[in-house]
Formats: sequence, structure tokens, C-alpha cells
Amino acid sequence: MSAAARTFGEVILSVEGVSLSFGGVKALQGVSFDVREHEVRAIIGPNGAGKSSMLNVINGVYHPQQGTIRLRGREFHDMDSHEAAEMGIARTFQNIALFKGMSVLDNIMTGRNLKMHCNFLQQALWLGPAKREEAAHRRAVEEVIDFMEIQHIRKTPVGKLAYGLQKRVELARALAAEPTLLLLDEPMAGMNLEEKQDMCRFVLDVNDHFGTTIVLIEHDMGVVMDISDRVVVLDYGKKIGDGTPDEIRANQAVIDAYLGVAH
Amino acid sequence: MSKNLSGLDTFPKLLLHHARVRGGLPAMREKDLGIWQTWTWRQFADEARALACGLASAGFKRGDHLAIVGDNRPRLYAAMCAAQCLGGIPVPMYQDAVAAEMAFPIQNAEIAFAVAEDQEQVDKLLEILPQCAALKRIFYDDARGMRHYAQPQLTAYDKLLAAGREALQRAPAFLETEIAKGSGADTAAMFFTSGTTGNPKGVVLTHHALIDRATAAAEMEGLSDRDVVFAYMPPAWIGQNIFSYAQPFVTGYCICCPESAETVMTDMREIGPTYYFATPRVLEALLTQVSIRMEDAGALKRSMYKYFMALAQRVGGAILDGKRAGFADRLLYMLGDLCVYGPLRNALGMSRVRVAYTAGEAIGPDLFRFYRSIGINLKQLYGSTETSVFVCIQPNGQVRADTVGPAVKGVELKFTSQRELLIRSPGLFKEYYKNPQATIAAKDAEGWFHTGDAGYVDQDGHLRIIDRVKDVGKLADATLFAPKYLENKLKFFPFVNEAVMFGDGRDRVCAFVNIDAEAVGNWAEKKNLSYSGYTDLASRDEVYALVRECIEKVNADLALEPELASSQVHRFLILHKLLDADDGELTRTRKVRRGAIAEKYRELVAALYDGRDSVHIEAQVKYEDGRSGMLSADLKLRDAKTFSAAQVKKAA
Repeated sequence: MSAAARTFGEVILSVEGVSLSFGGVKALQGVSFDVREHEVRAIIGPNGAGKSSMLNVINGVYHPQQGTIRLRGREFHDMDSHEAAEMGIARTFQNIALFKGMSVLDNIMTGRNLKMHCNFLQQALWLGPAKREEAAHRRAVEEVIDFMEIQHIRKTPVGKLAYGLQKRVELARALAAEPTLLLLDEPMAGMNLEEKQDMCRFVLDVNDHFGTTIVLIEHDMGVVMDISDRVVVLDYGKKIGDGTPDEIRANQAVIDAYLGVAH
Repeated sequence: MSKNLSGLDTFPKLLLHHARVRGGLPAMREKDLGIWQTWTWRQFADEARALACGLASAGFKRGDHLAIVGDNRPRLYAAMCAAQCLGGIPVPMYQDAVAAEMAFPIQNAEIAFAVAEDQEQVDKLLEILPQCAALKRIFYDDARGMRHYAQPQLTAYDKLLAAGREALQRAPAFLETEIAKGSGADTAAMFFTSGTTGNPKGVVLTHHALIDRATAAAEMEGLSDRDVVFAYMPPAWIGQNIFSYAQPFVTGYCICCPESAETVMTDMREIGPTYYFATPRVLEALLTQVSIRMEDAGALKRSMYKYFMALAQRVGGAILDGKRAGFADRLLYMLGDLCVYGPLRNALGMSRVRVAYTAGEAIGPDLFRFYRSIGINLKQLYGSTETSVFVCIQPNGQVRADTVGPAVKGVELKFTSQRELLIRSPGLFKEYYKNPQATIAAKDAEGWFHTGDAGYVDQDGHLRIIDRVKDVGKLADATLFAPKYLENKLKFFPFVNEAVMFGDGRDRVCAFVNIDAEAVGNWAEKKNLSYSGYTDLASRDEVYALVRECIEKVNADLALEPELASSQVHRFLILHKLLDADDGELTRTRKVRRGAIAEKYRELVAALYDGRDSVHIEAQVKYEDGRSGMLSADLKLRDAKTFSAAQVKKAA
């Protein structure tokens, strides 16, 4: 499907003039951009450009010194990551953050945590409501397992899996939270070509099947240009480009940032 | 075994029968979302009936073909039955075939309707749509990824089913009449044989043929509705279809479909089938996994495994066959069963297996004995698509590695003067679809099917397949010469890597041998025999003695088979180099090119027959980088002892 044929909803996330600094290091300086519903939005930039910081700001891990984050029209200043999750934001991490000793199934089950309503006592005593709730969540998890095609490793401890599969499990856990906005921090880093193609297919499938809005950071330009609808380019904490892949390819500032310019 | 199946001459009639008499028992299980979901016979019948009505309202008529493309799925089996309800003919197709391979069957049978498992199969069908003008409706089961498909041919299975349920409610009598119209002589299904040359052929099988063979084999093994079968091979292969469609319809047993191809091992362990079918290749892969895992096990486990496997090799087969075995051995075997065989069967998912078959190609005797020795009742059978599988089956207690058993009830065997096996059985195919020439060539006027396999029936009444007819020759005294059979027999020794037998038109059999560098190398190391390389090792007298022992064992075996006694190997030599496909001595699939070898090593063959005991050879070899060089060697030729049957019996 060509990007032009895709239609998107309204703006669900807007970042306005966000600045973030750690002591003297200015990680982000007055960055603004927006994300529309159902689109795949990429954030790219050279090393140290502030991409992960940007994701952490959206996710509520960092709180920017200036600027606002608006999610579905609601303005946030000091959202923490727990609130972000409750707002329907889920994410994966650059260096896999799974429970290595737990099975794939249990790991994905943790993605359902926020949706569990039985109290500690009910769960500990394995009372009726807890049982029913567990079954319902297990079903949701199994649907994700089916979707991500990882049935064969359902009961395998995550630590025993190959890297590419762990990445897939991490995406599965994020999906289990049924997010409306999915943040992916370098989902294809360290993968071989075949794993990358698989992951691309899964990202697009998630976007298409569940209508999930996706914001992703990625280094592989081929991947970014292939699967994104719109791209934001950061360099030294500043936004230097914003537009469709074609526009970004033609953007002189972006070319300079990536290839370097003679001063 | 359900009784009183008379009058139930088609599969739909059998289905309704099971829905009546064992409606609540499981007909199919499928692992879905991590849980085994059960279809009872009643549910299965309901689904098939509704689906049949859906197909009918879509325009599917008596005599139409329905392509079924996908893995083992209850819904696809229901579609098979739905087509049969309407007097239509299901044509199962290989799910891993590429699009181009699907075009021929669809064009050949002018298929207008297809049921596909998922997006992958739909894509293939859409790809060949321009070449298959007749194909007008495609029903897909799994809707994943299908949201943006707008092709007018496509309809979801669920929609078809819903339409069918409505139609069934409006006119409940319609389907009853359609099912009643069917008779055993109608075509039940069509299977396309792979065909190594030319286009595949559509093998047309009637309800009567399939039901008759399925019943005969089920009666022989005493199958009942308490049996469980695991369906994991392509349903387009008759070998799977007979076990997962024809036989359950006769006996009422339950079929289990794995979640995906990757989960087969775990799923099988969870299900624990009682009746199992595998090709030698599958069995070999399983054994390799076991061996690898044993290599990684601790020293204690390894030595236990080694000790008890040696015991099993010695007495396991006899105990399974109910034959005589020493009291001490029996006790030890029981201990072994507790510590090794039982857990191993469990790891393989075969704890509950009562009857297991292997077929499809020749199975190595070691592999075969391994499974039998750990208490799995693995047996061989002989059959093909054209014979509705069951021609010969080894009965319990009469299992041997080198035969395929006596003819199953109802089958007649006969041999031509070229020893080609002819079969007459109620299970024979009706014809090759739209291919009268091939039909006439394969099935003569008296109804004998020409198999193309050469073989004979031994003194116990067991069929022994020796070779393809075209490879079989005659010795000078007109007795049978089956080179591949002899070569295989010798190759089963680990020291022998490859063998080439000569004898067609000659007075006796002589052989070239390639030793197995690794196995013989290890053996030499243990004997403190030093050698500089393959050629050196192959020329050692000690190695010649070793190979001679192997050949003499083969000879002793052959002496006991009247048909083959004169095929004993009289003289042999060990080649100075390994036969190689690059030198034109093997095919790319590593089959010996006997003719090319005889031509290339004319001098050596002549020497084998003129009694010299050494011969000088210069041969050109091609290196992998394309250069060629000369290799010269003095090869020794040695005699091997031959036996008479009386001698062997006395020695035993």
C-alpha cells in the first residue's frame, strides 16, 4: 500500500517546545512535533541526537524543563510512566528489558498487569473472580502469542532464546497491554536481514490489524523509509526536519547532519 | 471397531452414523490459543452439513472438484466432507507447494471452488488466477491479513458457514437427499502424485476403495473409537489422509491437529497418540535429536543409556514380539524400561503408541530396530496412492526389518517374469484423471495394477521389495540380480560408505566398495593402525579383512534367501577414492551411477572377473576448484567366502 493512500485520524499526541537538559547537557531544545492516530511515526538522527530522550519524555520517564506534552488534548507536565501506561502508552526498550528467568508466556502476562483488577487477597487465595480474570487475561495473551507467531516458545525461559526472538517477545509484551500508542526504541537493532524483515512485517501488521499508532526510533534508514508514514529528524537535540520519507530524503539539513559538512 | 457399517458406503453417510452413535465423543482436536479445542462427532457433522449447504448455495454441484489447500485443520477436513455430501470431489493440495505447482491440478480438474487455509495460500491461488480461468470462488479460513483483499472471488469461510446454516434451516431435506444419492462407486477424492517426470497425475479413488482398505487395516489392528491419531504430515499426501480422514470415518477415532509446524514435538507429547505413522526420515530426525541430547547429558545418564540401549538391541525386539528371552535379561529389560526406555518413549511422545507404521521409502534396519527395541511397536507397510495405501502390513509378532509383511485381507499379489509386482485389490484407483493412456499402462484389463517395483514373496509369505523393475537384471544362469538391494544390504554396515554391485549378464556378483573414512579411521585408531590418508587406509590388508567380514555376513544372509542365494558377492575391491558426484560417479542426490562407473573403471571390472589379485589404475580426479589431476594406485582384489543355506543353518 502506498503511503499516499493511507488516511490518518486526528492528532493524538503533540509535543510542543520541549527542552530537556541534564546539568549542562542540552538533550532536547525546543522540539515540537505531532503524531496522528494510526500512523507510523519515526524519530531518526545521529548518535546522541536525543531520540531516546524524546521517547522517555513521551513515556513519562523524564520530565522536560520546558514545553508541554498533549495527549488526546490533555496536557501533561509531570506525568510518570505509570500514568503513561494507563493512558494507553506501551513501549519496548533499546536493550531488551525482559525477565530472563521467566517463560515467554509469563513475560507477556506481565504486560496485562494494569488490566488486572482482583486484589492481592483474591489472587493469593485463587478465588473465583481471580480465576476467571486469569483465564480472560491468558486468552488475551494467547491471542498476542498467535499474532506474533511465537507458539513454539511459549513455555521457554526468555534467557534461552535468540536475540531476535527476545525482541519479538518484548514487542508481544507491549502489545499485551493493548496500547493505543506504541513506542519502539530501535526494534531492529542488532538483527540480521531476515529478522529485520520479520520485525518490519510485525510492526506493519500491528499498525494495520489493531490500528495502533506507532512511534519508533530506528537507525536502519532502509527500514525507516519503508515503513514510516512521517519522519522527525533530530540533531544535537534540535529538530532539523519533519515530513514524509520522500521529503526527508530531499532535505539538505538532514543530508548534512548525516554525512557531515565542511565548515 | 464399530460394527454394522453395511449400507454406509460413503464418507458422509459414515459421518452421520458417528454423529448418531458416538455424537459426544471427540472426532477432532486442534490446539488453538494454547488450548486443545475439541470437536465432537456431532459438531463435526453439523459443521460439514452447514458447509455443504453453503457450498451448494454458492453453486457447487455433484461431480465438481473442490481444491483444499492447507495444513491439518478441522475446518479443512470438514470442507472435504462437505464436498462429498454434495457428490463433489475434494482435491487436497500440498500446502508448501509453490504457486506454479498448484496451477496444473487446478487447470487439469477445471476446479472452480477452492478452500484455503490462510492468507499465504490465498496469495498463491490469486497468483495463478490468470492461468486458471475456471477458478471463481476461494473460501479462506484464517482471516488474518485478509482485511484489504477486495478480489470478488474471495469469501470468508465463516460467511460461507453462516449462509449454509441459514440454507440448512430453510430446506433441511435438501442435504439428506443429496447425501442419500451418493454411492460407494462415486469418486471420493483425488490425490495428485508428485510425479518425478512430467506433469503430476490425478489419482481418482472411490468411496468404496478408501473405505474398504481403511476397514481392512483397522480390523487387522483392532482400532476403535478410543484410539488417538496425531495428524502432522501434509493432508494432500494419501499417507496422511488415510489416517486422518478415511480411517477415523470407519472406526470413529479422534484426530489431533498440532498448533503449528514448529510445535509438533510438544503437541505430540501432550496428546500421546495410540496409533502413529511416520516416514523413515521423520524417525531418523527424532533419533538424531535423542542422540544429540544424550551427548549433552551427564556421565551417569550417558552410561546408563549406553548400557540399556545395548541390552535393548539384544533382547528388546524379541520381548516386544513375545518371543523367548532369558529370565535375567527380562528382569534387566524391566529395569531399563523404568530408567531409560519409558522416559525416552515419553520424550518422543510415544508412551501410548500401540501401533506405529513406517512407509514411504526403505528404512535402515538399525533405525527400525532402535524403535522396536525400546518397546515401540513400529511396523512396516507397503502401499501407494493408487492402492489406497494398504497392500501389505506386518502383523504383530511377525515384524522384520527387511520385509513389508504379508498381503492385507482382500489383496492379491502376482509377479511378472521381470518380477514386477502386480496388485489386485478392492482399494485400487479408478483411473488417472483425464489420462487414459497412463491408466491403461498402469492398470491392465484384468484389473492388475503394475507397481513398477520388483520383489518377491518369501517362504513366510512376506512381501520383500528389492528394487525398481528397471534396475533389476539377471545373472548368467537367469537368476535374479537386484543391485540396489545388495548395495543397501552392504551399506547398512557403518564401515561401508558406498558399494557398487556388478553381475547383470555375468556368472557371479562382484563389488566395488568405498569405506567410510570416519568409521574405519576410528576403528584403525583403536587398532593402532597408522595410515597416511584415505588411499593408504583403503589399501590396508586389515581393512580388506574388515570389509570381507561385512561382505561375508551379507553372503550368509543371502544364502538363506533362495531367490537371492546366487547373488552372493564372490570378489571385491576397495576403491582408492570416494565416489563423487563431481567425477560423474554419483548423481547429485548421491545415487550410484552404476553404468557410468562400469564404463569408467572398465579395467577394474574386468580384473574382478578374470581372477587377477592386483591391478594398477590411473584415474583422473577433479578437484573442487575445477582443476584436475592424476591419481594412480595398485588396487588389491580379494575373494569373499560364499555359503550354502545348509552351512549357515549349521553355524547358527
